[in-house]
Amino acid sequence: MDEVFVGEMVASTLRLSTPLILCALAGLLSERSGVVDIGLEGKMLFAAFAAGATGAVYGSTTLALLAAMLAATALSWLHGLACVSHRGDQVVSGVAVNIVAAGMTVVLGIAWFAQGGQTPPVSAAVRITALFPGAAGSLQGVPLLGPVLAHALLGHNALVYLALLLVPAVWWLLFRTRFGLRLRAVGENPQMVDAAGVSVQRLRYTALTLNGILCGLAGSYLVLAQNASFSPNMTAGRGFMALAALIFGRWHPFLALWACLLFGFLDAAAIRLQGVKLAVIGEVPVQVIQALPYVLTVVLLAGFIGKAVAPQALGKPYVKES
Amino acid sequence: MPRVTPAPAVRMRGIHKRFGAVQANADVALQVAPGTIHGIVGENGAGKSTLMSVLYGFYRADSGQIEVFGQPVNIRNADDAIALGIGMVHQHFMLVDTLTALENVMLGAEPHWLLARAQAAVRIKLEALMQATGLQLDLDCLVADLAVGDRQRLEILKTLYRGAKILILDEPTAVLTPQETGHLFQVLDGLRKQGTTIVLITHKLKEVMLLCDQVTIMRAGRVVQDLPVSQASIEGLAEAMVGRKVNIGRSQGPPTAPGPVLLQARDLVLRDALQVTRLKGLSLCLHAGEIVGVAGVSGNGQSELLDLLSGLLRPTGGQLELGGKLFEASAWLDPRTARELGLAHVPEDRQARALVMNFAAWESAVLGYDGLPEYGQGGWLDHPAMRRATGQYMERFDVRPRNPELLSSKFSGGNQQKLVLARELGQAPKVLLVGQPTRGVDIGAIEFIYSQLRALRAAGCAVLLVSSELDEILALSDRVIVMYQGAVTGELPMADCSEARLGMLMLGGAVQ
Amino acid sequence: MRASYSLPRWADLLLLPIVCLGLALLLAGLVVLLVGQDPVRVMTVLVQGALGTQRGLSYTLYYATTFIFTGLAVAVAFHGGLFNIGGEGQAIMGGLGTGLAALYLSALLPAWLMLPLMLISGALFGMVWAIVPAYLQAYRGSHVVITTIMFNFIASSVLVYLLVNHLRPAGSMSVESAPFAASAKLPTMHEALAALGIAWPSSPLNLSLFLALLACLGVYLFLWRTRGGYHLRAVGSSPGAAEYAGIQSRHQIVIAMSISGALAGLVGMNEIAGVNGKLLLEFVSGAGFTGIAVSLMGRNHPLGIILASLLFGALFQGGAEVAFEVPGFSRDMVVMVQGFIVLFSGAMAYVFAPALAWCLALLRPRAVASSRLGATDG
Repeated sequence: MDEVFVGEMVASTLRLSTPLILCALAGLLSERSGVVDIGLEGKMLFAAFAAGATGAVYGSTTLALLAAMLAATALSWLHGLACVSHRGDQVVSGVAVNIVAAGMTVVLGIAWFAQGGQTPPVSAAVRITALFPGAAGSLQGVPLLGPVLAHALLGHNALVYLALLLVPAVWWLLFRTRFGLRLRAVGENPQMVDAAGVSVQRLRYTALTLNGILCGLAGSYLVLAQNASFSPNMTAGRGFMALAALIFGRWHPFLALWACLLFGFLDAAAIRLQGVKLAVIGEVPVQVIQALPYVLTVVLLAGFIGKAVAPQALGKPYVKES
Repeated sequence: MPRVTPAPAVRMRGIHKRFGAVQANADVALQVAPGTIHGIVGENGAGKSTLMSVLYGFYRADSGQIEVFGQPVNIRNADDAIALGIGMVHQHFMLVDTLTALENVMLGAEPHWLLARAQAAVRIKLEALMQATGLQLDLDCLVADLAVGDRQRLEILKTLYRGAKILILDEPTAVLTPQETGHLFQVLDGLRKQGTTIVLITHKLKEVMLLCDQVTIMRAGRVVQDLPVSQASIEGLAEAMVGRKVNIGRSQGPPTAPGPVLLQARDLVLRDALQVTRLKGLSLCLHAGEIVGVAGVSGNGQSELLDLLSGLLRPTGGQLELGGKLFEASAWLDPRTARELGLAHVPEDRQARALVMNFAAWESAVLGYDGLPEYGQGGWLDHPAMRRATGQYMERFDVRPRNPELLSSKFSGGNQQKLVLARELGQAPKVLLVGQPTRGVDIGAIEFIYSQLRALRAAGCAVLLVSSELDEILALSDRVIVMYQGAVTGELPMADCSEARLGMLMLGGAVQ
Repeated sequence: MRASYSLPRWADLLLLPIVCLGLALLLAGLVVLLVGQDPVRVMTVLVQGALGTQRGLSYTLYYATTFIFTGLAVAVAFHGGLFNIGGEGQAIMGGLGTGLAALYLSALLPAWLMLPLMLISGALFGMVWAIVPAYLQAYRGSHVVITTIMFNFIASSVLVYLLVNHLRPAGSMSVESAPFAASAKLPTMHEALAALGIAWPSSPLNLSLFLALLACLGVYLFLWRTRGGYHLRAVGSSPGAAEYAGIQSRHQIVIAMSISGALAGLVGMNEIAGVNGKLLLEFVSGAGFTGIAVSLMGRNHPLGIILASLLFGALFQGGAEVAFEVPGFSRDMVVMVQGFIVLFSGAMAYVFAPALAWCLALLRPRAVASSRLGATDG
């Protein structure tokens, strides 16, 4: 097995999984607090647009990141307004967020940049590039695993590392801090939390704010690290894949991470399968490859009976009167 | 030397609270002396829970003043109440099943943001508290694995941990056996001796007489009486609660000898999805013209028994004979077949089972019977026929308001129950299964429902009555079966029934 | 325990959607301002373009036809307790079914056989595309929202694959199938009116409009006048009560989604049989999602859906005119309005309904008294 190939595959997997991981963590926090988050897709999209537009106009990575996080958080708060402050249906609200984001990004894109919805490419200075540029070649001397590790792990940009670090961070937040205890409680029995004197609304809005920040990072990754500009509907269902990974990972950070890596791996493999002739099937049609992640999502959901493990209060608006 | 009377622990004056069109509390005044147990009694809807929810900060009163230990206070939320030393143990436990007992106690009052440190500190305090009050618990047990009595103890510990000096208990004995109730009363008595003030919300007058020092009676949102228990009597309390002389009475046994067997269940075994055995080889038979009461604390398999007999659940093993047909566990009956064989079912859970809340009354009135030819031919529904039938039901069973177009959810509990009964009895069933017939029902409707059940018995029907109210079982049954942990621990004719005996059986003890 | 002011039925069906629409348009107007255009001008062009001319009106009705199909699809699923977001994919597959039947049989069969066959084929394909997510929800607990969205993407891929690799005539550059024979074409409205001696400008509006209206009637009768509809609505409102009545939730879920998918599949009759006469890539273009907005606005009732479809048809047609005349605009503006409407109708109805009921109560004191008669638990 070609070592470089293995290294490349791992590297690709990590790169392609990053937005999924960030979104899945975002969804995790929201759903653990009892708020269904179908709107991950829309928030990521809107954040990507914000990052692309800000990066192109102001030429600053920091501003682009901030804009992305702000945009996604605004949508999270809107979702919270409908579902937490009032008793709106959480699924409908999430779908609404997706549709609004899809429409608004193109409307604003055309109005501001007149390029059919795309934003102009951000300059190289704004793009988030590899953190350790020379590192990929640095471990050449180490026998066996050196080149593999170097390719696989060292050539990435900051957001990839951040995403991986955030997984244990979120785990620690959820299971080792006071806030995490209260968050888990409010997703199971919000009445109990209210009776204990803790504000259910405040907990959920905090979760939604963190959710927005993480979605913002996911969106900015797409535009600042992966591509260089925003194009309409560029998220292409990644938000839903992240949600499926979350459900498959039983609302647990580390298990969700593995599910996201699985998606990323499939994506990486699919890219390499294009144009390649396989043994019996011949050349795999490009549309099949494109459809693979969506099929995988369905397969994952079909193989898993989610109700038993979901947070008890998930999807139910909290109303004071019992 | 002049005696200084201590300030009342709680003083509420002029409390008004309205929910839309309903005046839940109207000019309510309450005074609770410190270090006493004060009972608040009333029927469902009398306003006692609302009043205590105002005290605990769940609701804000529209007007009125509250004083705690002599100081006027403004309670905006549960946090304020807890800070004032008020703790509440709710009827439906406020616990998170997936967390441990320790975590449940600690939630909201964690001494440190790092869980590990917080838990260590809380554990020390709790162990001291458990010593002082005698409330013992396994702190690291998941609440999901705790028994009901333990969960209640956990609830009380929670409030004491937060420094409650005033403890409100809402219908605490609803889920306890007579013996567990005794234990609870011992704990409460001990707390009273230590100076804790306790407010007990209940509709069980015997408990009030046993335990309380003072009692306040509420009716339709107002206080109608407030007196020391030494001056009260059960009959007097009941009359004040309802506004007239009440006699639910006690069953005298069947008026005639019971007829042929209409339903026979043999060796019913049920294991649920988690492989927990809910029913352990239960057998029973129902004769025409009798009411068989199933006594027992909720959660010992009665609900599962009803679900099995009505076809909602499939047993793991056992047989059923109904209407001349034999059903084995592998080919069990379903609700449709049950109805065709003349079995009717008034479910325990009215809101989730008996009616479709979002349907108008005339659509709920055919639930389960929409296949009958009188409601339409060949797949179509005959709306006028359905409306007519609903109107008749409402007339016969005095359902108010007499409006078939009204949404099912808009009827009061008692009227909903009457509609359900009208529907089930309207098909002249041979066997009637009824669970918790008067839960959430006002006393006028209760008398009506009892008379309907007795009339059914007189007409030769077999009635299986499941109720967690022992009084109800004693008032209606000809024969009483007691269930404990999925098995029948005893069967007694009414003549041999006494509360003590039944209480023993409900706890699994044998009858000598 | 708590009694809330309840809206009388007419206000629920008529006023509330109007209020929601008004707010959505207000918000959209703000966005228009944000991008430096004049909202009043945009609105004027929109209304003129949609309703001001016979041609515009025809286009409005043509769009409305598709929205009626997708709106009904969402509504039937809602009554069964499900949120069917897969209308997009089901419409694509329905169009594929309609087109495949036409491609292979239109040369052989006369119109009176061909057209019903295309209808059945389209409905069947749409139904199948909805049954799989339905089955997964009913028997595996897989969230129907996510699976139907995934199926939307997969449907796109299937259509592209078939068109590019199998259905495209050899040597053709455009991604389309060969045109159908004449027997596979639904007559357009201007053709039909011409046969009656009425002059009408040409437009894509065709006879499938009547099919859509028939479908509305059919859905109404089924849901409220038949036992099957009663069972479906019972499961959607209260699965516990339905089970008690002997109605199987799982069956009803699959039935609801099947009907839903079939209705969405009928889009093919409008777009493929009525307008294009051949299979192509972009014939649904977001109509599935519009269906969600239409159904929510129409309170999941066929009558409301007709009105909401007309509204959205007007928005789409007017939106095209706006894109033509006002620089910097595209149809995506309508998508945005759609999103706002879903947000307001679906998610925020709890805010507006009590406020509206309170306003009404001020005007009609009798309404308050009647809600008190209903009494409550407590």
